[in-house]
Amino acid sequence: MKKTNFFKLTFWKTLGIIIMVFGLYSSYIRFFKGLGASTRLSDAIPWGLWIGFDFLGVGLAAAGFTIAVTVHVFNVHKYEPIVRPAILTAFIGYMLVVLLLVIDLGRPQNFWHPLIMWNIHSVMFEITWCVICYSTILSLEFAPVILEKFHLKAPIKILRKISVPVVILGVLFSTLHQSSFGSLYLIVPGRLYPLWYSNLLPVNFFISCISAGLSMIIFESYLNARTFNVGLKVDILSGLGKIVLYALSIGFIVRMTDMIAAGKLPYLLIPRTETYMFYTELIIGTFIPVFLLSQKKYRTNRFWLYITSIFVLSGFVFNRMNVAITGLADSSKTSYFPTFDEICITAMLVVIGMWGFSTVVKYFNVFEDEDSSDASAEEAVEDKEIIFEK
Amino acid sequence: MSKQKGLLYDSTMCVGCGECYNACKKQNKLKDTNSDFLKDHLSADTYTVVEQHGDLYARKMCMHCTKPTCASVCPVGAFEKSKEGAVIYDAEKCIGCRYCMQACPHQIPRYEWSSTNPRVRKCIMCHDRVAKGLPSACSEACPTGATKFGDMDELIAEAKQRLKDSPDTYYQHIYGLEEAGGGNVLVLASVPFEKLGYTPNLPKEALPELTGRVMEKIPTIVAAGGVFLGSMHWLTKRKNQIAREKRDEQLKRNEH
Ligand code: SF4
Ligand code: SF4
Ligand code: SF4
Repeated sequence: MKKTNFFKLTFWKTLGIIIMVFGLYSSYIRFFKGLGASTRLSDAIPWGLWIGFDFLGVGLAAAGFTIAVTVHVFNVHKYEPIVRPAILTAFIGYMLVVLLLVIDLGRPQNFWHPLIMWNIHSVMFEITWCVICYSTILSLEFAPVILEKFHLKAPIKILRKISVPVVILGVLFSTLHQSSFGSLYLIVPGRLYPLWYSNLLPVNFFISCISAGLSMIIFESYLNARTFNVGLKVDILSGLGKIVLYALSIGFIVRMTDMIAAGKLPYLLIPRTETYMFYTELIIGTFIPVFLLSQKKYRTNRFWLYITSIFVLSGFVFNRMNVAITGLADSSKTSYFPTFDEICITAMLVVIGMWGFSTVVKYFNVFEDEDSSDASAEEAVEDKEIIFEK
Repeated sequence: MSKQKGLLYDSTMCVGCGECYNACKKQNKLKDTNSDFLKDHLSADTYTVVEQHGDLYARKMCMHCTKPTCASVCPVGAFEKSKEGAVIYDAEKCIGCRYCMQACPHQIPRYEWSSTNPRVRKCIMCHDRVAKGLPSACSEACPTGATKFGDMDELIAEAKQRLKDSPDTYYQHIYGLEEAGGGNVLVLASVPFEKLGYTPNLPKEALPELTGRVMEKIPTIVAAGGVFLGSMHWLTKRKNQIAREKRDEQLKRNEH
């Protein structure tokens, strides 16, 4: 038993190190030879894999605010145990996004310009500010986990006092941020393929990030349960599953109603790449998971929830990549496939993220046991009992 | 009324000599990119091209929009509409996000991909010359008057007059007057404009309106959202508290 574990770790470690080495080399090319040498971006396709990946990073981080709002605003304390993993996921997601954005910028040395040069009409400006503010808030939200490890009671007390406004601000920033990624594309009505272009893009992005973010928690919890033997209770997970089910259904209804209203249904019958990609996205990301989650026997089973989360996440990846790449390919009259360097740098960031997550989980109390001794946790447990009593 | 300057390009008068192309290269100190100018395309070193479509020619360049999409999307305001009407760019501000390239309805801005400190490149309507009261280099070089520089209101009047005077010569539309909110470059032609490779079906409305409508809702969303979330927090907390008190009471009663 020990032995297999050991081997497994070494395999992943080696793979991680290989990816890191390649990633660092690719970063060298990117910074010393320029974007032209390291990417397949061109005048026709100015945004590629990296921007797409930023969408994903931010979307998957959505659990951070969804859970925060459930627990701290709606006071549903049943979900208290996932607050920390959710916030950690969000924090790491955002750090990766910031890193990759800076790598993607043509003039990374100017990355701080939006702080002093304002163009309030620009969605990109809004996004930059949301990233900055929300990252700050996430670190405030996560700080207690670090502080408690070192028994620093005083700052924790202060943080706890301001926790509600901080959470509310965080929710507002991330709502804006999630939807503004959709708004980015409002300005390209002639370019983004009609199956994806919609006035409701910001709304669609917002709804879909909720199901993706929560699926991310289910996914992580399952993997963590396997590695560290700490996971979340099934009733919590299936509760999440239920929210995912609602979010997916609402998202689907909104999109379809909008397509019907805009008279876009005929596009569903045109045999071309975009249509196939659209169906793939719907089947993987909506139909299959909605079916699985609507069956109680799957929804209450750890393993099936895990499988469902993989479907939701893949569907989400499909959707964002479709908007960022597939949907624009036709109008730019060129096809795009990322270079080795683009892929290596992206993979390197994934490795850094996973490594960061597991390190923090290992040394800090992230998947916390419920019998935490501080006052608010006790209160939380009491609240929870009441909710269950009914 | 309007001191704004602009260009009127009349494709029916264009003989495809490439003088504008050469003049622009010289004026802006751009590198040679193609020995045959008719086969060249817009790039970081080519602000304008003359394209051949059958026996017709078509110039492509920045349209110097009245409400420039490129300027509206730029997070740091690196693009600016000058008082003379040119849409100009400040590389010192630019962070290189390339949203301007993604968003421009005419797909004009180009990038210095091979540089490690790249700039966005496009026609700047010879900003330095125009500020000094000179016409643009391309219009000065044009031997037939196909590219004409002048005050915007006069150019618009002239374009309308030409359509009226020779209805047989012209396709009855001034491209650039209303496309994507209109701009300071007007184009006339003898055939529908998509046949000459101009972006068809652009909305009349300036594109910045599309995001503007969403952006202006933000303060309301923030305020309403903050109030909503705050009150939900208070309400649910109160509800839980009441429930707890009730339970405590019941426990006490049970004890008696
Ligand atoms: S044509 Fe494009 S680059 Fe030129 S001003 Fe308009 S939006 Fe900007
Ligand atoms: S690339 Fe530069 S000019 Fe273009 S939108 Fe980004 S910051 Fe502005
Ligand atoms: S106006 Fe000036 S910059 Fe623009 S195409 Fe003509 S010569 Fe070139």
